[in-house]
Amino acid sequence: MSLQEFIFGKLSWSVLPDNLIAWSGAIILLAGVVAVLAAITYFGRWKWLWSEWLTSLDPKKIGVMYIVVAGAMLIRGGADALLIRTQQATSVGDSFGILSATHFQEIFSAHGSIMIFFVAMGFMFGLINLVVPLQIGARDVAFPFLNSASFWLFCAGAALINCSLLLGDFSTAGWLAYPPLSELAYSPTTGVDYWIWSLQIAGLGSLLSGVNFFATIVKMRAKGMTWMRLPMFCWTVLGSMSLVVFAFPILTVTLALLYLDRTAAMHFFTAGQGGNMMMYVNLIWAWGHPEVYILILPAFGVFSEIVPVFSSKKLAGYTSMVLSIWAIVVLSFIVWLHHFFTMGAGADVNAFFGIMTAVIAVPTGVKIFNWLFTMYRGKIRFTSPMLWFMGFVVLFTLGGVAGVIMAEPPADYELHNSLFLVAHFHTMIVSGVLFGYFAGLTYWFPKIFGFRLDEKWGIRAFWLWLIGFILAFGPLYLLGLEGATRRLDHYSASLGWQPLFAVAGIGAILIAIGFCCQIAQLVASIRLRHENRTSGDPWNGRTLEWSVSSPAPSYNFAAQPVVHARDEFWEEKMSGSKQDRQFEDFSMPKNSGAGAIIAAFVFVLAFGAVWHIWWLVALGLLGAATTLILRTFDEDTEVYIRASEVAHREAGLRPASAV
Amino acid sequence: MNDTNEILSVDERSKGSTTVFGFWLYLMTDLVLFASLFAVFAVLRGPAFGGASMGNMFSLPYVLVETIVLLSSSFACGIALLCARAGSIRGALAWLSATFVLGAIFVGMEVSEFSSLIAQGDGPSKNGFLSSYFTLVGTHGTHVAIGLLWLLILIVAMLQRGLTHGNMRKLALFAMFWHFLEIVWIFIFTIVYLTGSL
Repeated sequence: MSLQEFIFGKLSWSVLPDNLIAWSGAIILLAGVVAVLAAITYFGRWKWLWSEWLTSLDPKKIGVMYIVVAGAMLIRGGADALLIRTQQATSVGDSFGILSATHFQEIFSAHGSIMIFFVAMGFMFGLINLVVPLQIGARDVAFPFLNSASFWLFCAGAALINCSLLLGDFSTAGWLAYPPLSELAYSPTTGVDYWIWSLQIAGLGSLLSGVNFFATIVKMRAKGMTWMRLPMFCWTVLGSMSLVVFAFPILTVTLALLYLDRTAAMHFFTAGQGGNMMMYVNLIWAWGHPEVYILILPAFGVFSEIVPVFSSKKLAGYTSMVLSIWAIVVLSFIVWLHHFFTMGAGADVNAFFGIMTAVIAVPTGVKIFNWLFTMYRGKIRFTSPMLWFMGFVVLFTLGGVAGVIMAEPPADYELHNSLFLVAHFHTMIVSGVLFGYFAGLTYWFPKIFGFRLDEKWGIRAFWLWLIGFILAFGPLYLLGLEGATRRLDHYSASLGWQPLFAVAGIGAILIAIGFCCQIAQLVASIRLRHENRTSGDPWNGRTLEWSVSSPAPSYNFAAQPVVHARDEFWEEKMSGSKQDRQFEDFSMPKNSGAGAIIAAFVFVLAFGAVWHIWWLVALGLLGAATTLILRTFDEDTEVYIRASEVAHREAGLRPASAV
Repeated sequence: MNDTNEILSVDERSKGSTTVFGFWLYLMTDLVLFASLFAVFAVLRGPAFGGASMGNMFSLPYVLVETIVLLSSSFACGIALLCARAGSIRGALAWLSATFVLGAIFVGMEVSEFSSLIAQGDGPSKNGFLSSYFTLVGTHGTHVAIGLLWLLILIVAMLQRGLTHGNMRKLALFAMFWHFLEIVWIFIFTIVYLTGSL
């Protein structure tokens, strides 16, 4: 090993981007980062940012930061989507579109990885942080410091995946990097290593968050909140977090083994020397299928909160909702093989997994019907969260039916890897997961900031997303049935596919405009915040989070609530009884920057591992471990808040019941 | 002031039980991690491609000694926890030191086993079976080594501050971790070594 190799590993000048589009991506990224840093410096907000936000252990603030990062990553993933659509609409016959085949592969790999790990997961943990402690009547999560560390690990992963825009390339092996393509022999650059390490770090953060929120819901519920009084969103989060706890370790192992193959010349998934590449496919889907349900369950939870509130009725079939969550949790672990029926495991194995897959439609159907029954004869308010729900219910049902079609192994042999599949899972993830999270964000936004999001822009955004989605993915179902496979960078003009691809491109543009409307909505809402100020209970809510002032105080509840009924706050409003507000002394965690510092060292470690700069790996490991050890020796991590102090602060706030 | 202290100690107790529950959840995730590695080992054990095979690559008595050393370490850890609960910091520290020494011997034996395999040309990059063997057993060994580092830090903390609430909680967590690694080792001993020598 030469000295240069020791110091810089595989880094050299040749790893900089080599074409115009790649350069513009890198420059936009750098310009964005510089602009943000300059703005913070110009407005002199560093100290405020550090002490109020970056070091905060308040789950509400961590939740907001999660959603901000997820939003930024949505722009990155969305730009990738527009490039994919442009390429497929233009690269036909003699024309080869705007991207080289390799660059196209990098872009669809990045699009999938970013959208799942850094948009959907980030948005989900954001909402969970905002809502779960408030809904269960707790002041905090079970492990506040761990929560901050998880968030910063998520950020470190996001930062690492974006490094690949400037330094080196990204994986060309798709969002799940199947071997042997992802092995060193066929992907010799650092692209797959970027993919491995950014997912590994973010996945570690998700795993720790899973433990944290599972423990929070089990151990921190308010007095009197028995299991069958738990708000439905918390039930879905509990289901989702139990999936995180059982599924993410499999991802950790799979990624680690792939890295060992690539770096230490091992033979887990190689084509020779006893490696088994189908084992990779089994392992990654043993994580990957539960992952889909990890994302969708909290979206179901959001709808289970929104539909009763805006229908002015209690949720229909609470018990069946709970049972269906756990049916989904269990079933989601025994369907993974439906992602590769074509492996040829044999008729009986395929039949088992096909039947299990079709069976999942039953508990999901139970949920759909319960939401509709909740609306039936309700006094419905058509607010934008409700619009997202209705868009969801139609599209998700159609997408679900497409899923049941593919659950039949014989049909799947035709549809496998076609655009029909791509359209199916985008229907589930966009109109299921994303619409749900948008609805949840609109619904809980006033609880965090004290004012509502602008409704006019919200409704515009909804219609653009809905119509854009139908135009973008409707054609893909048709193209898939005609035999168009996924990940095509070029096709023959004689196939006659171009018009449908062009429609899909128009749909993608409408979605992009819809996203711009959401930005406009945020700006308009901040400008009009004084007109849109709300009480603690802007929607006539049912659960505990609406019983405190908006924005919620850092300690959530001045006096710890006692729960007597399922929709506790609603029952209180109906019966006119009030929570007994006896203030007590309590303790809250102090701010800590240690989570951010640990994640920064982990980023250094991972960057070193990608580029084979081993001294950097050692430095990162040492730094992260030292910070963690020092933190465990710090016993001064809590601040005690006196009852008198709370009483004083509460007197200055408008209580929810005042309106 | 007295009232406040009482509230805080109730707070402290409920926090302790939450921490133990959270750590137990973490151990379950670690268990899934090992389960995945066991599954990988089960798939890949088989053709040796010219390398050593299960039947001739290790000596069972050596592994038995390793096992006894690790189990004794776990036993010492249990006694240390009992001493600490009885309020004897000297007893706790003595037994924790024994835990450490036995654990270190275990790691040393494993390292020497690994290095002799690598020296005879049967390293992890030889074939899929050896990759999975080294990774499964090595992941356990890495856990034990991290546990030893944790134990050192715990001993320092106990020397500094004695048997405080915080240290008792950390000791309980460490004991859970150590016993967990012992259970995983029992599975490694059975599935890798005993069935391998059949």
